[in-house]
Amino acid sequence: MSNPIKSALRAGLFRVESGWDTLVGRESNPMYCLGAMSWFFFWVVGASGLYLFIPYDTSAARAWGSIEHISREQWYWGGMFRSLHRYASDAMVLTMMLHLLREWLMERYHGARWFAWFTGVPLIWMVFSSGITGYWLVWDELAQYLAIGTAEWLDWLGIFGQSIARNFITPAALTDRFFTLLIFIHIAVPLFLLFAMWIHILRINNVNTNPPRQLIIGTALMLVALSLLHPAQSHPAADLGKATAVLNPDWYFMALYPLYDKQGPAIAWTVSIGASVFLCLMPWMALRRKRRPAAVVSPPNCNGCGVCTFDCPFGAVVMRPRNDESGHAQIAVVQPDLCTSCGMCMASCNRTNPFLPHEEPRQTGIDIPDFTFDLIVKRISARSHGLVGDNRVLVLGCEHGAKLDHMKGPSVGVLELQCTGALPPSVIDYILNKDLADGVLVTACRPGECFYRLGPEWTELRLKGERVPKLRGAVPRERVKLSWAASTETKGLMTELAEFRVALAELPKQVRPESTKRRVAE
Amino acid sequence: MIKPQHLAGQFIAYSAFAVMIAYFASSPPYQHHPQESALVRLSLTHAGQRVGDCKERSPDELAKLPPNMRAKQNCGRERNQVTLEMDIDGKTVYSQTAKPAGLSGDGRSRFYDSREVPAGRHVIRARMRDGGKPDGFDYDEQVEVELAPRQVFVIDFDEEDKKLSFE
Repeated sequence: MSNPIKSALRAGLFRVESGWDTLVGRESNPMYCLGAMSWFFFWVVGASGLYLFIPYDTSAARAWGSIEHISREQWYWGGMFRSLHRYASDAMVLTMMLHLLREWLMERYHGARWFAWFTGVPLIWMVFSSGITGYWLVWDELAQYLAIGTAEWLDWLGIFGQSIARNFITPAALTDRFFTLLIFIHIAVPLFLLFAMWIHILRINNVNTNPPRQLIIGTALMLVALSLLHPAQSHPAADLGKATAVLNPDWYFMALYPLYDKQGPAIAWTVSIGASVFLCLMPWMALRRKRRPAAVVSPPNCNGCGVCTFDCPFGAVVMRPRNDESGHAQIAVVQPDLCTSCGMCMASCNRTNPFLPHEEPRQTGIDIPDFTFDLIVKRISARSHGLVGDNRVLVLGCEHGAKLDHMKGPSVGVLELQCTGALPPSVIDYILNKDLADGVLVTACRPGECFYRLGPEWTELRLKGERVPKLRGAVPRERVKLSWAASTETKGLMTELAEFRVALAELPKQVRPESTKRRVAE
Repeated sequence: MIKPQHLAGQFIAYSAFAVMIAYFASSPPYQHHPQESALVRLSLTHAGQRVGDCKERSPDELAKLPPNMRAKQNCGRERNQVTLEMDIDGKTVYSQTAKPAGLSGDGRSRFYDSREVPAGRHVIRARMRDGGKPDGFDYDEQVEVELAPRQVFVIDFDEEDKKLSFE
């Protein structure tokens, strides 16, 4: 469980996101794809950087002039590319830090997800290194400040044979070779960054590194407009014989430098290294969090169809060759270290079907030990038992979303799952077919806000019949409702439930053969 | 497709995003050094004198060595630590002793200091000890300078002329 401050912040985040949805539309809300937005900005920075490499002069005497030339003489093209390069890198820092904050607030950093969190920390260093070396290249007064500050900062470590700061002691000390080295670093670090970004998403299945198209178009237009209306400017050319005075730093990259100026290198290193180490260790600091048991495959029930491998958000299920007498070529194998116990694999299995002949307890191809398919079916029977009226509703939802307990009533039963993505569509069919309720309200966190990943997306596609396992076509759609509701939207969900019940009451009574009338499983 | 009611919202949201990026990309300004101050920067790397005396090798000793190692003198690698002090207007503002770099203590000693001083006339004195004697200094230089606002005044060691340099 998270602390109250974090819960309050998370509730605030959900409210902001909800408001943003209302303002701009869900598809244009960057909060749901902050990681993908960072990828997009990386590509913009890379493409604009490639163009800037052409006119840039790698010499101490002419570096500033070459940048100034394209900024002033070719403001509509070269200058725009320079501004795009700067503003996209700033936006990348912004989305990257928001991404980190959001994942922390949503508790998506521990357990099996330690890898993405842990490998994300070096990305911060790489992004900042890329940005700082880029600012050096301009060789204006800001670059002079950064160069000397960074050199002094690094020299304090005492691990370099020569003092780096001595390169900036007098104008004569600075050589063109230094700029050649600098541009090499400025290109090499982003290449390593790209590689590290790939590692960062390595354990995530169905990863999306592209934001929605309309967000890409809108953001690109915004960056171009900003670049033309408020182009990036250089400070006066660097002069090592003259101390820097008033500067206009890019605070997205340079927020730590004043700390260095005021407190010295020991404090600055302590803060930066300490914060990084703390971030790296965070996944293992949640000592009281008990990790739930990983999914388990039942070999006699697995036919090797592989659907569970497509639906697992973290690639925890893989298919392996099978050499037993089952006749199936492959079998699903769970990698426990990667499993978050969300149950989406269980819902995706074609054996997870309450209509199939079964023994007690019900078995399926892949199951979650502490929240089995058998338990779901039995709880559905129990929660629907005793419901009265003509518009009985069973609410099935996620324990991380709206508070379902608030909806309980004589005609309303609720069942919380670990994730709505763990709901097999055949269970909805079963509820209506066996007359356990007159309608089913499925509620999930809003897409992008899933505590796991992809639960709402898979649920929607399965219910629409666009992804296997599909909700059977014969199921009356007017008796099934899907509602998005974050933990802060319980009230809104209650309103939707009331409307749904009114709509159900107006539907003609279902006539069922006697043989399909309610059966109590418990 | 974007819904018409979202167009205005998107315009507001993208504008706010642009303003946020543009503002913090260059604002608020930061005062690194006061406009009216000068900067005295001491940056010096210097190898102290060798700890032991060099010994001349006899012809017999040289003959015993491989041809590529027949140096006339046999010198120890270790160097003395270096002490550097700086006074500004008669007040000692910097005093540091630095060990030679390297595992064998045969590298250079390194000093770095950067400090603001008010622009105007100053007497700057630097002295350095790189030998084995416990007191006194092997190099001692003093200069009187008129420092302009924002001027960077550098104190270094000229290895060719073997003296402390001011520029």
